[in-house]
Parts: sequence; structure tokens; C-alpha cells
Amino acid sequence: MLRYTLRRILYALPIMLGVSLVCFLLVHIAPGDPLVSVLPPDATEALRRQMAELYGFDRPLPEQFLRWLARALGGDLGTSIATARPVASEVFRAVGNTVTLAAFATAIGFTLGAIFGFVAGYFRDSPVDRAASALAVLGVSVPHYWLGMVLVILFSAQLGWLPATGAGPGGSTEWAWDWEHFRHLILPAVTMSVIPMGIVARTLRALVAEILSQEFVMGLRARGLSEFAVFRHVVKNAAPTALAVMGLQLGYLLGGSILIETVFSWPGTGFLLNAAIFQRDLPLLQGTILVLATFFVVLNLVVDVVQTALDPRIRRA
Amino acid sequence: MAEPVLEIRGLEVTYRRGAERIRAVAGLDLTIGPGEAVALIGESGSGKSVTLRQVLRLDPERTTEVAGSIRVCGEEVGKLDAAGLRRLRGGRVGMVFQEPLLALDPVYTVGQQIVEAIRAHEPVSRAEARARALELLRLVHVPSPERRLDAYPHELSGGLRQRAMIALALSCRPRLLLADEPTTALDATVQIQVLLLLRELQERLGLAILFVTHDIGAAVEIADRIAVIYAGRIVEEGPVRSVIRSPLHPYTRGLLASRTEGALVKGRRIAAIPGSPPDLARPPPGCAFAPRCSLALEACSRQVPKLETPVPGHAVRCLRAREWAASPA
Ligand SMILES: Nc1ncnc2c1ncn2[C@@H]1O[C@H](COP(=O)(O)OP(=O)(O)OP(=O)(O)O)[C@@H](O)[C@H]1O
Ligand code: SF4
Ligand SMILES: [Mg+2]
Repeated sequence: MLRYTLRRILYALPIMLGVSLVCFLLVHIAPGDPLVSVLPPDATEALRRQMAELYGFDRPLPEQFLRWLARALGGDLGTSIATARPVASEVFRAVGNTVTLAAFATAIGFTLGAIFGFVAGYFRDSPVDRAASALAVLGVSVPHYWLGMVLVILFSAQLGWLPATGAGPGGSTEWAWDWEHFRHLILPAVTMSVIPMGIVARTLRALVAEILSQEFVMGLRARGLSEFAVFRHVVKNAAPTALAVMGLQLGYLLGGSILIETVFSWPGTGFLLNAAIFQRDLPLLQGTILVLATFFVVLNLVVDVVQTALDPRIRRA
Repeated sequence: MAEPVLEIRGLEVTYRRGAERIRAVAGLDLTIGPGEAVALIGESGSGKSVTLRQVLRLDPERTTEVAGSIRVCGEEVGKLDAAGLRRLRGGRVGMVFQEPLLALDPVYTVGQQIVEAIRAHEPVSRAEARARALELLRLVHVPSPERRLDAYPHELSGGLRQRAMIALALSCRPRLLLADEPTTALDATVQIQVLLLLRELQERLGLAILFVTHDIGAAVEIADRIAVIYAGRIVEEGPVRSVIRSPLHPYTRGLLASRTEGALVKGRRIAAIPGSPPDLARPPPGCAFAPRCSLALEACSRQVPKLETPVPGHAVRCLRAREWAASPA
């Protein structure tokens, strides 16, 4: 297991190197003087010189890359053009917000999806199954920004129960564990949870039905185990796949939330990416992409390792 | 005679599949006394597995119609409530399947599964149950049982896996063991070892065994009696020696004639008997074997022959059996 983990980490290194190279080249892909793409049009001469030195544009490319990489590893991702604040702190605050949103959405979606999926798989072709399946299909097929707007109209505009936008009172962009912030989280998290709910429900329904059709389930019944004990066996058999699906869904939500973050003005990475593109804030874009890509590689690694750890057939192989 | 461990009377099992009704078992009688081993033989699709499953009522009730009576140690299986059924399954009757790799839960260790089965039936501590699990693995001659207790099914060889399955089936000291082709999935040498183990358990524990086999040699090795099943009915039943030496039913004769060719292999037609078993969705009115029987008379297809005992203890379901029972071949 330890060896597998180490090997898996070793495999991730070249991927990370490639990712950072692409991020680095982003600035150089833009036509013309790379400085033009890094600096605002009305940059002062002092800033221009400072940036040129910072990026070391006069040196050969490989050396530039190594220097940039070394700085990035040290946590220095440059300075945002729009806010003049360090990119690293902007990105990490956004990452924190996105992770909070995605984690809540996944938790809600996984819980509901698992319940629907298990019920539907257990009572296949019964009315309960049809109801649960219909709900799941609805979850996957409804456009979520549309659902977001409907929820906003209903719960914010009509009922006035929940705030429509932002991450906290008074336009706060910093997450805090209090009721006021939590209220801001509810609508975007519920909107977002619909996607993993549908996918988890569909996967688990098929999985549970498949497990129940296996001979060992009859074996369990033939031993006089209670229906609850049989259920426990089914859960343990379904767990590795269910967790893998959940991990992938979490990963998916961490990256694919531009629409929802925009609808709810949630200050996460999607929102930040959107802003960086529209403001031509290249250092910010570079930093955001690098952090997001790193995140995906690490997430894949964790999902693989955890799934392996849970499945004895792979674990001891 | 002591009370039978298993007594099946007029068992009928019909599966509904869409508009079709498949009569897999059509009036089956079978009695097994304490400590007796009975081999159930017959072609693929004749209803052997269905009969075994019915003893534990393992088929979904929604799509299965069952008539007749099954008594285990005097208790009517069809009348048991959920708790009674759980006591019956595993407690009175243990079951061994053909392919232990499929019949054991792949993500639980052998020990966990035995401990779970014991604790489902008896109020014992985990440690106590584990000690008994170890004892059970010794009983079925699993080498280094401490290590095997913590192994997952896929980590064991085929033979060890089937031994573990047998240990699991015996974990709550049942009086009857149902074994559906317990050796078919194993290598030839391992098959013999498992058969000898079953024989030994029968003698040591006074265990009654009902086992399905395609191997007449295995039946002779282990069984006290042989029951031959055709299209959901027992067509011949008697002591091993009597059935093997002087079979009374034309179908049994065909089976025995074909054994040298290994023709009872699952899914394969029996060479010595031309034709194939009847469509169970449209069973013929008389003797189900009549379309394939070279000795059939007109009367054979009019009504189902009754089970008769032309030789004491040796029953047969054939109109003409008395003719050759009187003058043994
Ligand atoms: N759940 C079911 N639904 C519908 N038909 C079934 C079902 N189970 C068994 N049958 C049918 O009942 C008949 C008897 O099946 P069974 O499994 O008892 O055969 P078998 O004697 O065990 O054969 P084999 O030697 O191949 O294992 C077959 O024709 C089979 O198709
Ligand atoms: S009853 Fe008739 S058809 Fe059936 S086995 Fe006997 S002789 Fe053949
Ligand atoms: Mg069978």
C-alpha cells in the first residue's frame, strides 16, 4: 500500500511539471512583448522595469522557467494587475471559498444521491424506484444556473428567507463559520448539489442492483442473515465505487463552477477566473490556473489511493 | 424410523416470467433421514437447483408460485415467519454453492463471514465466535487456519475456498447440508478431497446431506441413496447399489450408459438419449420422458405415471418398470 502510494506520487510529478510549464508559457503565448500582456496599458516606467526584472525576460527561456518555478514553489505567484495585491493571497482566498461551496454541495448531493440510489436499486422497478429515478434524472438534466435563478426568485425575491448573492454580510469575501455566512452558502450549495446528486443516484442504483444480483447475496440470505445485515454487505461492496464517484464529483465541482459562482457572485476560483479573463489580468490567470491544475492532480491521486485502500482485492495485490 | 430431516411432498414451483409460466418443479417427493446422504442427479435444467433453493425459500416470492409441502425436522417451511426462516437458514440447514468465489462476499474475510453467521444465530461474543470459526476451519482440514481466517476469498485456492464455504455452512451446526454441485468448479484431484471431506463430516457430525452432482462416480462415492430427477419430478430413487446395478427407469439407464462419455457435463446433451428435455412452459400431459423414450407406449403420454416401488426401497415413475423389475437385466 505504501509502495503503491509512493509510486502514485512519483507518477504525479512529471504531470505537475508539464502543467507548470504550460502555465509559464501562457504569458509567452500572447503575441508581442510578454511585458505587454503582464502590464496594464497605463503602467508606469518603474513598474515596467520592476516586472521585467521580476520575470527576467532578458534571460533564456529555460532559465526563466526555473526561476519562475522556484518562486512559485516558494508561494510567490506575482502581483495582480487589477488589485495590485499578491496573486497568491487572492487565489488562496478564492480557493477557500470554492472548496467550502463544493464541499457543502458534494455533501448534500452525495447524501441525497446515495439515499435515492440505494432505495431505487434495492426496490428496483417498484414505484419507489421510479420516483427516485425520475428525481435523479431531473437533477442531471435541469440546467443548474436556471435552477439557481429559480431558487433565488423563490427564496430571496419572493420569500426573502435567504440572501441571493455574495459569501457573507456586507459583501464579505472571507468565509467564516457563523450563521450569517452559512445563510449565504445555502442557495448556491443546494443549486450545485443537484449535479452530484443525480450522478451519484444513477451510479448507485445500477451498482446496488448489480451487487444484489450476485450469487453471494443469496449466500448471505442462505445463512440466515437479517435484511439489515445483507444491506450492510451491499454498502461495503458499493463503498469503493461510491466514494470514487463522490471524489470525482467533488473534483468536478471544484473546477466547473464558473456559472454558479457568477449567478450567485460567490467569490471563488470560478468567479476569480472570470474576472481575470475579462480584466486581462494575466498574472492572476496564470496563478489561478496553476493552483487549480495542481489541485486536480492531487485530487486524482487521493481518490486513487483511497479507493485502493478500501478494496481488499486491489489492496493486497 | 426417526423423524426425517427433510420431507418434500408434491412440491411444485412455477416461475412467472412475463406472460410465460415456467413449471420448473412439477410434483416432487423426497425424504432424507438423519445422517443420510442423498445424491440428486439429472440433466441441466431438470430443477435440481430450484428444489434446493426452495428448501430455504430463497426465491423472490413476487415471481414464484410454490405448492406442496416442505418440512425440515418436522417444521413446515412455507409457514415460517421471517424470524423462523432466519433460524432455518444456516441454523437447521446449511448451503454450499458450486462456485465459492461467487458465493462468498468478496470484501469480507473468511473469518468475518463465519463470525457474522455464528453471531446471527447465537448470542456469543466476537472472541468466542472467532474461536469457533478457527475450530470450524480445523474441522474441514484447512491448513494453517489462523492465517486463513483473515484471508479474503480471492486469496485462497479453489479447494480451500470450498472448504471455507463448507465451514461457513456448518457454522451453526445444521442437521442438513444442501450442496449444489460442490465440486464441479474444482480440479479433479481437489474434487475427490472435497467429496471425502463431505463423507467424513456426514459420519462425524451425523449430518444429512442432499447434494446435486453431475458425476455419477461422486454419487456412488458419497451417497447412501440416489434420486434421479427429470423435468421437475423424481423419476427414480433408491439405494445407490440398487439404482446403479439395476436401474428401473429408461432415463436412468440412458444416464448410466452415457457416464463413460462424461455426458452429464453442464449444458451438454446426453449422447445416449436422443432429443432434449420438454419445454417447461408447455409440459407434456403424460410421462415427460415419453418423446425421448424408445420403450414408450401410447398410454405413456396420457397420464403421468405414479411413483411405484416394484423393488422394496427402490421407487420408480414408469408405466413399464414392473416388466423389467420382475426380470432383472
Ligand atoms: N428464477 C427463475 N426464473 C425463471 N425460470 C427459472 C428460474 N430459476 C430456474 N428456472 C428454470 O427452471 C429450470 C430448472 O432450473 P435449475 O436451475 O433447477 O436446473 P438444474 O437442474 O440446477 O440445472 P443445472 O444442472 O444446469 O444447474 C430451468 O429450465 C430454468 O431455466
Ligand atoms: S412411462 Fe413410458 S415413456 Fe415414460 S419412461 Fe416409462 S416407458 Fe418410457
Ligand atoms: Mg443447478
